[in-house]
Amino acid sequence: MAASTQRVSRYTPQEWRNLRLGLLFVSPWALGFLLFTIYPLLSSLYYSLTRYDLLRPPVFLGAKNYLTLFFDDPHFWNVMYNTIYYVGVSVPFGVGAAFLIANILNSRIVARSFFRSVIYIPSIVPAVASAMVWQFLMNVQYGAINGVLRYFGLPIIPFLSNPGWAKPSLILVAIWAQGAAVVIFLAALQDVPRSLYEAATVDGANIWHKFRNVTIPLTSPIILFNLIMGLIVAFQEFTVPWLLTEGGPMNSTEFYLVHLYRNAFEYLRMGKASALAWILFLIIVVFSLVIFKTSARWVYYGGEK
Amino acid sequence: MTTIASESGTRPVTDYRRDTGHRWQTVLLEIIKYSVLIPLTASFAFPLYWMISSALKVDSQVYTVPPILLPFPIHPVNFIEGWQILPFTRYAVNSVVFYTVPAVAFTVLSSTIVAYGFSRIRWPGRDTIFWLVVMTMMLPWAVTMVPLFITFKWLGWLDTYRPLVVPALFSHPYIVFLLRQFFMTLPEELSDAARIDGASEFGILFRIILPLTKPALAVVALFRFLWAWNDYLGPLIYLRDENRYPLALGIEQLSTRANDVGNFSNGIPYLMAVSTLVALPIIVTFFFAQRTFIEGISLTGMKG
Repeated sequence: MAASTQRVSRYTPQEWRNLRLGLLFVSPWALGFLLFTIYPLLSSLYYSLTRYDLLRPPVFLGAKNYLTLFFDDPHFWNVMYNTIYYVGVSVPFGVGAAFLIANILNSRIVARSFFRSVIYIPSIVPAVASAMVWQFLMNVQYGAINGVLRYFGLPIIPFLSNPGWAKPSLILVAIWAQGAAVVIFLAALQDVPRSLYEAATVDGANIWHKFRNVTIPLTSPIILFNLIMGLIVAFQEFTVPWLLTEGGPMNSTEFYLVHLYRNAFEYLRMGKASALAWILFLIIVVFSLVIFKTSARWVYYGGEK
Repeated sequence: MTTIASESGTRPVTDYRRDTGHRWQTVLLEIIKYSVLIPLTASFAFPLYWMISSALKVDSQVYTVPPILLPFPIHPVNFIEGWQILPFTRYAVNSVVFYTVPAVAFTVLSSTIVAYGFSRIRWPGRDTIFWLVVMTMMLPWAVTMVPLFITFKWLGWLDTYRPLVVPALFSHPYIVFLLRQFFMTLPEELSDAARIDGASEFGILFRIILPLTKPALAVVALFRFLWAWNDYLGPLIYLRDENRYPLALGIEQLSTRANDVGNFSNGIPYLMAVSTLVALPIIVTFFFAQRTFIEGISLTGMKG
């Protein structure tokens, strides 16, 4: 009570009223934050230190889950390799492709909104539906892509059945669903003041110079945004690999979330799954921080910072 | 403060024609542009075209080399027959009544109130606390997945839609963020005038602010609809009873059946037909609300 009396004296009655009102309005969020973010985070940390199969009460193990994962579980490192491969290829390529497509769409072009719609729609189609059609398209025996290759007497491609092809195939599907990034980039490109390009032209800059010295710096905050968001999503990709390859062939597409799901909901290893989740959390934080830190060198914030 | 991307296809920002005085360079650039763009767009469109065209085939038209691009005769009856192999009408009811509608309604209502508290009322510490909202936007959902499952299981909520819709009552950080951005663009005088007239904050929100932000509400409702309709992992974790499946799990179920050889013929066309029907509401909504979609997704990238 003493603390609150002190507070009353610090704020005017008006501020005090606003504080109460403000807290009242944000209380659904605050409650949800405690129930669905803070509590799960803490309990997940606790579960990650236990063995817990939902049937018997959790058994405290200390750091054993983490130690086993790091030092005694070759499968974990395979999952890690798969995930880093997937993220490392799909995010830069996806963001790069989206940026280039957006640049083409931003130039003088006929039927721009038609092209934009066609490129955007795959990103909003239910992932289950697109997984079904890709599975069919990439089928070795009767898929359309191999049907065409066969017709021309070319060697067929075992997209989803060969460990070497499976990851690139899933990356292809991920890039196909990158349309949202294209739309975000396009909006950012349209905000670049036209006068800058005109000034550059007067200075004798060619297309490449303008792209390099005007377009990229002025859209760099959005590039950063798409990289980080792409990273968070790609690290947690589940639906498409789960439906297309179920982690196979030969565990080549056993990505992080597929592995986590399997441990939690197929093997009921809630402790190990929680440890996996925390490791993923830290990896994402570290990757995002590294991108943020290096971004100081290449992201241009105009006059705002 | 936030400029919405212009919808017009006639406002080029980069005018490449002024780049140089050399005409050949301009022509070359145009050729390169379209020779990249057209095949690219065609390959983006092809999978969905293939889904629809395969939905109109029968088995004998599916397993051919070369593949049949334009099926003839077409078999639209697949849409009905495929739908009836599993209780898809029930799945559709589950998807709409138990998941999508409550999730959209709860999220939009709660997030509106929260966003109002973070933008239109000035209280000490507001912007500091808002950073927590931004941070939860970036929190990987994988971290809370397992403990939430344990909690909801303990509550006896497995095999119900409660784990998927009850959290929506507590607002969604991303939607709070977007709505706050919109609310901040409205002038402060609007609220002040109403306050002098003795209006309560709830009154200001519902009578003054909301009528002015209908487009914003449409954007966030659309996104929430999309997430619920397309959600696969959530229902996969919480729903075991097939009678409660939403459409996403129904499709997977149909695919398992179709892959068991000898179960029924036309497995692929049926699967493609049902996938088309499930994707259809999204695609139709897109064409009717294209502007809303594009504005919403463009705003996402605006700095936060």
